[in-house]
Amino acid sequence: MRAYIIRRLLLLIPTMFLVSLIIFFMMRILPGNIIDVLSAGDVEIDRAMLERQLGLDVPQIVQYGRWLGVAPQADGGFSGVFQGDLGSSWWRGLPVVDLLASAWPVTLELALMGLIITQLIALPIGVYSALRQDEWGDYIGRSFAILCVSVPGFWLGTMVIVFPAIWWGYMPPIMLVHFTEDPIGNLRMFIVPAIILGMALAGVTMRMTRTMMLEVLRQDYIRTAWAKGLGERVVVLRHTLKNALIPVITIIGLGVPFLLGGTVIIEQIFVLPGMGRLIIDGVQHRDCPLISGIMLLFAVILVLVNLMVDLTYAYLDPRVHFK
Amino acid sequence: MADSSSGKVAETKRHSWLVGFLIRLVKEKPLGTVGGIITLLLLLTGIFANFIAPYGMNECWVGDFLAPPSAKFWLGIDNVGRDVLSRVIYGARISVIVGLAGATLATIVSVIIGIVSGYFGGKLDLIVQRVIDAWMCLPSLILMMVIISIIGAGIWQVIAVMGLTYGVTGSRLIRGAVISIKENVYVAAAEAIGCSNTRILTRHIMPNIMAPTIVLFTHRVPSIILIEASLSFLGFGIPPPDPSWGGMLSGMGRSYMFRAPWMVIWPGLALSIVVYGVNMFGDAVRDLLDPRLRGGVGRYGVRVKKEVTVKSEPSPLKGLTK
Repeated sequence: MRAYIIRRLLLLIPTMFLVSLIIFFMMRILPGNIIDVLSAGDVEIDRAMLERQLGLDVPQIVQYGRWLGVAPQADGGFSGVFQGDLGSSWWRGLPVVDLLASAWPVTLELALMGLIITQLIALPIGVYSALRQDEWGDYIGRSFAILCVSVPGFWLGTMVIVFPAIWWGYMPPIMLVHFTEDPIGNLRMFIVPAIILGMALAGVTMRMTRTMMLEVLRQDYIRTAWAKGLGERVVVLRHTLKNALIPVITIIGLGVPFLLGGTVIIEQIFVLPGMGRLIIDGVQHRDCPLISGIMLLFAVILVLVNLMVDLTYAYLDPRVHFK
Repeated sequence: MADSSSGKVAETKRHSWLVGFLIRLVKEKPLGTVGGIITLLLLLTGIFANFIAPYGMNECWVGDFLAPPSAKFWLGIDNVGRDVLSRVIYGARISVIVGLAGATLATIVSVIIGIVSGYFGGKLDLIVQRVIDAWMCLPSLILMMVIISIIGAGIWQVIAVMGLTYGVTGSRLIRGAVISIKENVYVAAAEAIGCSNTRILTRHIMPNIMAPTIVLFTHRVPSIILIEASLSFLGFGIPPPDPSWGGMLSGMGRSYMFRAPWMVIWPGLALSIVVYGVNMFGDAVRDLLDPRLRGGVGRYGVRVKKEVTVKSEPSPLKGLTK
């Protein structure tokens, strides 16, 4: 087990190196940089000075080294990713780390709530669907799952805002309520966006749970359990569900990039000041340090989640060999 | 007499592959059939949009701004006086083009990467897989937004970006299939008698990865339609005034959604129905093509025959693409 963990950790190094290359050079490799955006409509601007201020006067490879924190900055010090400094936003002028720190809790709460609520809805339906395979309950469950996957969140979110407003004159609160100030108000504000965010993931989980339940139900040990006269509850819950849920864990790992991407849309609809707003803002203004910082944060989270999922999987399923 | 009747029997059995497939679809998969009909309707609406739509997609009716649905304008009028029904119908055309072109490109990219990485293996495979690992560490929607912001919005840019992004992620499935086929004895035999790589690839590998390729394609179409709508909604997809269903829900649609809810209800409803139908159809196609999932088992799915479980559940993340 220990060797497996060490190997997994070592594999992270080349992956994270490639990730850093992609996120640093993707936005910078093509012409049309921030200078053009900033100097649009102002011909008199001193381009050379602006470039020096933003650190664009050195070759890109040096910029990359400075960003990582392995090459000295203009003042001789090292401040980069390795030192916990992601640079300053070109557009807003604030340190990227501060911007992330203020936006991240909103996105994290939204994504976590979405994950938890939808799993609570999806697992029972998936199990029921498998137990009633090819009966009406199963057809309804499966159709519901595909419906969850098919209805776009941005439409459902819009409908959820439009119809209460037209029928009862109700508008969702615009100001962010912090959890520490008003827990109930905070949860009330987040619950609807979280459900809509997690719907597609719920659909996928239902389908996965159903498939895995069916797979386990036809194993020999389940037949043995039936044959020795165990009750339905014991067979289904203890023998089948426990084993069927192991692969479903991977859904959580695979669902995280989707949830993080989905928050961009949900935050836009429900006007929540999270990472999504930051991303759209950064992309529109070609704010390279901001976008690189956000992508790096997301990549680190995804890598860690996937690592945890793999280790949990290996721990729960003794058949997985640490080759 | 006997001759003609036997001739008839022979004739009914001589279905083409496609007809046999359709008969099985209708008989075994009622929901898939409904999905197929929706898919067909989408295709026809997209192709014949200019004959079906009552008005042009950018034809303005001055003086009728924001008019509610009426006998003349079934789904109402938007903020600059355009008929919403006509725009929804023309939106189908964009969805058809993006869905088909994007899914085709994505599948081609997947097959090329999957075959190169899976068949030739070795160091190349190792490097390619690490790059794909890194690529998959980034949320695809955000990745696509960034790329489109650099190369500019437009229908062909959107198709290219989605084809690339989904092509890379889908290549894992094809690579897995290629590796498992490569292990077969007939491939070793072909190598032993001196067949070239090209011959092995075209005669032995390609025909055998057709099923996962078709499944991949059918799963990509609805996700790509949905993602195009999401990108257009965020302002990184099809630029206005072209009527993309996602784009109709953003910008002016959002500004006027309380005064004229019909501007946002119908495009989203059309999108939901279409993605639902194509998903249902895609599922039915997968079930019919995949012999492992075939056949009805009774309640609790107890099967007499012990099955060889091949872990190749086709992309459990299907649809996770908002």
